[in-house]
Amino acid sequence: MNWGIITGSLEGLRTRGTSLQQRIRGLRRRMTLLLAVVGPGLITSNVDNDAGGITTYTQAGSHYGYTLLWSLIPMTIALYVTEEMCARMGAITGKGLSDLIREEFGFRSTFFVMVVGFFVDLANVVAEFAGVAEAMSIFHVNKFIAVPVAALLVWILVLRGTYRQVEIVFLAACGFYVTYIISAVLAKPDWLLAARDTVIPLIHTDSGYWIMLTGLVGTTIAPWQFFYLQAGFVEKKVGPRQYPQARADVLIGSISCMVIVFFIIVCTAATLYTHGLRDINTAKEAAQSLAPLAGKWAAYLFAFGLLNASVFAASILPLSTAHVICEGLGFEAGVDHKFKDAPIFYWLYTVLIVVGAGVVLMTDRLWTILIFSQVGNGIWLPVVVIFILLLVNRRDLMGDYVNTLTFNIVAWVTAIAMIALTLVLAYTSIFPVSGSPAP
Amino acid sequence: MDLYATELMGAKAYDQQGNFVGRVREFFVEPAEAPNRISHFLLARGHFLPLVAKYDQVASVEPGRITLNVSERDLQLYQPNEGWLAVQKDLLDQQIIDIRGRKVVRVNDVDLAQLRTNGNVELRLTQVDVGLPGAVRRLLQGAVPPGLIRTLQSKLPPRTIRWEFVNLIEPDPLRRVKLRITHEKLEDLHPADLAEIMEELSAAERQGIIASLDEETAAAVLAELDERLTTQIVEKMDPERAADILEEMAPDAAADLLADLPKATSEELLEEMPGFEANEVRELLAFDPATAGGMMNTEFAFVGEAIDREEVLAWMRGQELNLDQLDNIVLLNGDAQFSGTVAVARLLLAAPEQRMSELKTEPLLSIETGADEEEVVELFDKYNLRTLTVVDKDYRPIGTITVDDVVSRLAKK
Repeated sequence: MNWGIITGSLEGLRTRGTSLQQRIRGLRRRMTLLLAVVGPGLITSNVDNDAGGITTYTQAGSHYGYTLLWSLIPMTIALYVTEEMCARMGAITGKGLSDLIREEFGFRSTFFVMVVGFFVDLANVVAEFAGVAEAMSIFHVNKFIAVPVAALLVWILVLRGTYRQVEIVFLAACGFYVTYIISAVLAKPDWLLAARDTVIPLIHTDSGYWIMLTGLVGTTIAPWQFFYLQAGFVEKKVGPRQYPQARADVLIGSISCMVIVFFIIVCTAATLYTHGLRDINTAKEAAQSLAPLAGKWAAYLFAFGLLNASVFAASILPLSTAHVICEGLGFEAGVDHKFKDAPIFYWLYTVLIVVGAGVVLMTDRLWTILIFSQVGNGIWLPVVVIFILLLVNRRDLMGDYVNTLTFNIVAWVTAIAMIALTLVLAYTSIFPVSGSPAP
Repeated sequence: MDLYATELMGAKAYDQQGNFVGRVREFFVEPAEAPNRISHFLLARGHFLPLVAKYDQVASVEPGRITLNVSERDLQLYQPNEGWLAVQKDLLDQQIIDIRGRKVVRVNDVDLAQLRTNGNVELRLTQVDVGLPGAVRRLLQGAVPPGLIRTLQSKLPPRTIRWEFVNLIEPDPLRRVKLRITHEKLEDLHPADLAEIMEELSAAERQGIIASLDEETAAAVLAELDERLTTQIVEKMDPERAADILEEMAPDAAADLLADLPKATSEELLEEMPGFEANEVRELLAFDPATAGGMMNTEFAFVGEAIDREEVLAWMRGQELNLDQLDNIVLLNGDAQFSGTVAVARLLLAAPEQRMSELKTEPLLSIETGADEEEVVELFDKYNLRTLTVVDKDYRPIGTITVDDVVSRLAKK
């Protein structure tokens, strides 16, 4: 008798089963590969359609009908270009955005980014909980019940889940945006007109129209999302080889985000605008006015969409913020850590949620909050985008993956346009121009 | 008195005669000479070429001020040197591995100790600060009076790592040699801890660490790493080295790794491996990973059921066995078919002349190669197994599944 390895009996098996099994293996591998990478891009883009976003799209549809739809195509490009740079940095360097800022720009820059980021994000969290309060009031639920319940739900989700579980919940939340598509169909819009206005720009000259346009861009591309996106890919261990899948994820995310925006605008344009209800300012008003025009269900679906979007964004924002701060300062971070291993991460997360929900309970001036968060985003975005552009062009970090000249031109044009537009938005939010749709 | 790197950056340097020479913009350690001594100070002076002061040209050091024991003309012009470790550029804000704490941390500041010898002060790097005091110092230095910073930081909980437990991470192999960065200390860590550390790092840094480990450790670490990372690492590696590492791995681990690689790459690596090992891995690769065949390891111990305990033990001593994994010995009957297993513990207590067939574990369990992994898990759960023999269609044992394979599958779900 011998010790060792039997090889003879394997011979037969090998020749027989190999080809089919290897084919199955290959297919399975490809599927898992794609599924393993998909997530951050899709989630980030969809979370852009948060409470503030939906409110803005509602206004756009009710004030200007289909005429703003053409802006969606350039916005998709802008969203993709900026997000793609972060996905690429994450895949190539294997580091988060705040890690890179820390290593390349030093402690003080990082600290500045983190502190400002914290307060801007906090304002956003407040806006999301305001969205929860608003959506639930359509279902006749008092905000003193709705907001604490939502806050607790969000808090538990991350505290108890692993990254994968949390991500699955988030991906499911992306699916619920379908309610807006159904609402839009129920509203029986003029699809032909909508399609035409999407491809052919129809530019108005009144200032309100331009402010509306700026608002659309401002709410769609938010500064914090870049940190979340990059951290998401890093946490998923996406490397240069998975980068094409990551890019596809970002592309699908950007397009699906814009598709939802399209349907929200179409829905409100077909009902509110067509029936002359053109001074709708909040999503709640929109949902209420929708009921007599497109039926009770369209209104409920609209409200449910708002609720989903708000809860969704309210769970991601604090998560992303806590991540950024801990990464930059060198504390343990990430939902895969237990509470005692990453206390600062979980405390920041908790504080953001508690304060965010608390502010909504203490004030009724939810509109002011929404404006405040949008102004914050507007001022903050240029800084973040410039950091990204400086980092992504560093050859010592990115090797051959630095921006190409064409990409740089597109990216800088996008950045400058975004900066200009968001500065206009910030300005007009503070000093409303007469005839502006802002409240 | 202790000093901090932050307090020294930007310090004004004066020569023997008390003339201002420049500001300290950077200082260096030259690991080839002394592992922790600050060997050179870079003195910048506006648009003039920067000067460099050597460690033996420094008379005294205090926060914000350095006095030299030579005059300005004795200083040399600065020439960049890859063999110098720059405290600001290479250390501050960068990630390092804390060997004792077994994790990756980020450097906030560096603590320095002064060593006085007649008319000369040497600075030694004692520990790196990874906690709040260092962070506060970095933030407030220059904006707030130094005394206030010192008071403030004394109230904060310190978190420091002694310099000898710091392992630098340098992706560039040439620089690594020049800076005398070895990863010997990392090899003492448990492979699972090392794998966890590597998951925190960037791709280039991981590559650097794997490249400097010996093959055995590298193999053990690769087996513990997240599969996506292993494929990234192996793909970027020199195929010859990758094949050497694969050879050190258990065949099932090697097969799992190769299965995730593109076909061309895995073929290339198999070509590089010695024929015998390559064949073993090839056979395993033919199985669907979600079946018993895909989970099994082909390296297992087997003997004839007719021999007695003494014979088995005598022979075990003569073999190179993986003792950590040896829980059971597989028995064969006269037709080389599976006839049962013997637990090593039972073998230990048996009388010398007792036959293997009398020591069999009941019930007799084995599983076919094509069986689903769910089935495997159920068997392990139901009978509290540590190993399970996999048999082919003719009931001949061809591999074993060990409990660690099952646990890692379950943990992934």
